[in-house]
Amino acid sequence: MQTVLQQIINALSLGSIYALLALGYSMVYGIINLINFAHGDIYMLGAFFAYYVINAWHFNFITALLSAMIVGAVSGVVIEYFAYRPLRKSPRIAVLITAIGVSFLLENGMSYFVGSNARSFPQVIEQVNYVFGGVQISNIQILILVTALILMVSLQLIIKKTKMGRAMRAVSVDPAAAELVGVNVNHTISFTFALGSALAGAAGVLIGMYYNQIDPLMGMTPGIKAFVAAVLGGIGSVPGASLGGFLIGILETFFQSIGLSAYKDAVVYLVLIVILLFLPAGIFGKNAKEKV
Amino acid sequence: MNKFTKKMMGILTVGTAAFMMAGCSVAKNSNSSGTHQDKDTVKIGVNMELSGTAAGYGNAQKQGIQLAAAEINKAGGIDVNGHKKKIKLIIRDNKTAIATSASVAAQLVNKDKVAAIVGPATTNAGTAEIPNITKAAVPSVSPSATDPDYTKQKNGKVQPYVFRACFQNNFQGESAAKFVTNNLKAKRVAVYADNSSDYGTGLAKAFKNTYKGKVVDSQTYSEGDKDFNAVLTSFKAKKIDAIYVPGYYTEVGLIVKQARQMGIKVPIVGSDGMADPKLAQIAGAKNATKVYYTTPFSTRVAAKNPTAVKFMNAFKARYHAPAPTFSALAYDAVYMVKTAIEQQKSDDSTKVAAGLAKIKDFDGVTGKITVNKTHDPEMPIAIEEMTNGKVSNSFSVE
Repeated sequence: MQTVLQQIINALSLGSIYALLALGYSMVYGIINLINFAHGDIYMLGAFFAYYVINAWHFNFITALLSAMIVGAVSGVVIEYFAYRPLRKSPRIAVLITAIGVSFLLENGMSYFVGSNARSFPQVIEQVNYVFGGVQISNIQILILVTALILMVSLQLIIKKTKMGRAMRAVSVDPAAAELVGVNVNHTISFTFALGSALAGAAGVLIGMYYNQIDPLMGMTPGIKAFVAAVLGGIGSVPGASLGGFLIGILETFFQSIGLSAYKDAVVYLVLIVILLFLPAGIFGKNAKEKV
Repeated sequence: MNKFTKKMMGILTVGTAAFMMAGCSVAKNSNSSGTHQDKDTVKIGVNMELSGTAAGYGNAQKQGIQLAAAEINKAGGIDVNGHKKKIKLIIRDNKTAIATSASVAAQLVNKDKVAAIVGPATTNAGTAEIPNITKAAVPSVSPSATDPDYTKQKNGKVQPYVFRACFQNNFQGESAAKFVTNNLKAKRVAVYADNSSDYGTGLAKAFKNTYKGKVVDSQTYSEGDKDFNAVLTSFKAKKIDAIYVPGYYTEVGLIVKQARQMGIKVPIVGSDGMADPKLAQIAGAKNATKVYYTTPFSTRVAAKNPTAVKFMNAFKARYHAPAPTFSALAYDAVYMVKTAIEQQKSDDSTKVAAGLAKIKDFDGVTGKITVNKTHDPEMPIAIEEMTNGKVSNSFSVE
């Protein structure tokens, strides 16, 4: 029983990271129907930025997190402006290929500039373990869960309660109509990228703190898994992405705990295939009819 | 094939061979295939993982190779039959990709005409280059391809142009198993291996075949994984005496950290992929206690070996960091090529290959190396123990 509870805590910590990443995928897809494969690499940029500011300027956790979110947001907007905006009217496959290209550029560019070695992330917060009835949880795990939840709730508030959020929803339903009623589509899309990428930057810092290790290719696998999480939850849906992230975390942990660690990645991708075959809209996805 | 074509082919073959020999005799006084060097330089190719997933190890090896070449050139160069020739390194990136490794090897042997190749770092990339280098009769020395079958052909015969500077997996896995049985006296062991390379799976297999106690659980992870909590939690519930983790420091560092943080205090035993100063940084110094690994290059043992002391000081002076094992192995690989050339008094690639096969009691950073008939180096193995992130003890394994 203790082991089971411990595994649930493991699963939630892992899942919250996937959820944060999945949110970015989902938002961007919701608004311009693009799978932004460079998303996982923005998470890497956030982690590296925090690494440098903590080492060089001795930022504490909060300032490192916020500054990494800003860096994530800026790089997201820049990528959108230079790589995706000129292709707005092109076929979707062209944009998708560009996204993969941007991802490679970021990964190999960082490998070139900072070296491809894994480096240890500075420990700004000393780890403390709390034990409740044999189940152990560390302050960093709590921090990750709490930060992830705060960010998810504030994101939901931004989308539902603010003017910009309303513009985002409008553009995602019909960009042309939104423009007709006075929404600046370009600004809205930039804002979406900023928001999603800020979350990726935050996830990068959290991962750095939790695992104490970063490298230029760190965004690859989590990026793809977060994409699966977004699809599972229903791509385009914010609560769906959060739920999908946690589900993927639980699934992976479950398969490892029953002794099938060799198949943990395979299971995640199997879920992707099954979802695409039987429930292509995902758990929370609306099966919107396209009007002609 | 009918008789006529056969005949034509025969004539053509003889004709081509005669033509090629004529060409050779003009160029230089040799009639064998393989590459030849011009009179002032010896070209050594480097087919290395400088980007992609194994780039961390590849770049460490590149540093070792460059250090060795710079040292040799500073001392005048390689003595080829009384004539000193400088080394010219031709470094190419194989991007940790099998197809790229094959094409890089083709470029090095056909276009650059190198005398020998150092690299690649991984068994997969190394295996991919074998057809091209064998066709061109150019030897290669891999600093870290550890698969037992790497130097063998399918029929069990040795690959004539394939050499390595490191242990093969079976030897290392068996040594670890003996150590766990005899020194640690562990009765129940969990194995947690890297299954994204032949290295991790090969070591795990060799370990399990030799280990006398009970393997209570055997799990795997893949390269790039960061979260090992789930598997470690299930290990914790199984009352184990030790964990065997064959893999590289990037992941093993995290395994050590996560295991210690959840209160697993048993010894963690690994392989030479862990032997890097970064291991303790990633794991956290106080977590890296009761951590053991098999290694050809023990810094404590090396302190008694003058070649190794010279290497460690030179490395520190050049790169301002302590030398990792991968750099030491790569450094030895370059010196093995030099020794082969000097013993054969020739830098023709076929002669270099013959020389490499005959290396005996070569005084390397990683110990006295003798290349055996399967082209594996026979050298001493050590086990290092870490306490608070520092190497505190080293054992020799019988």
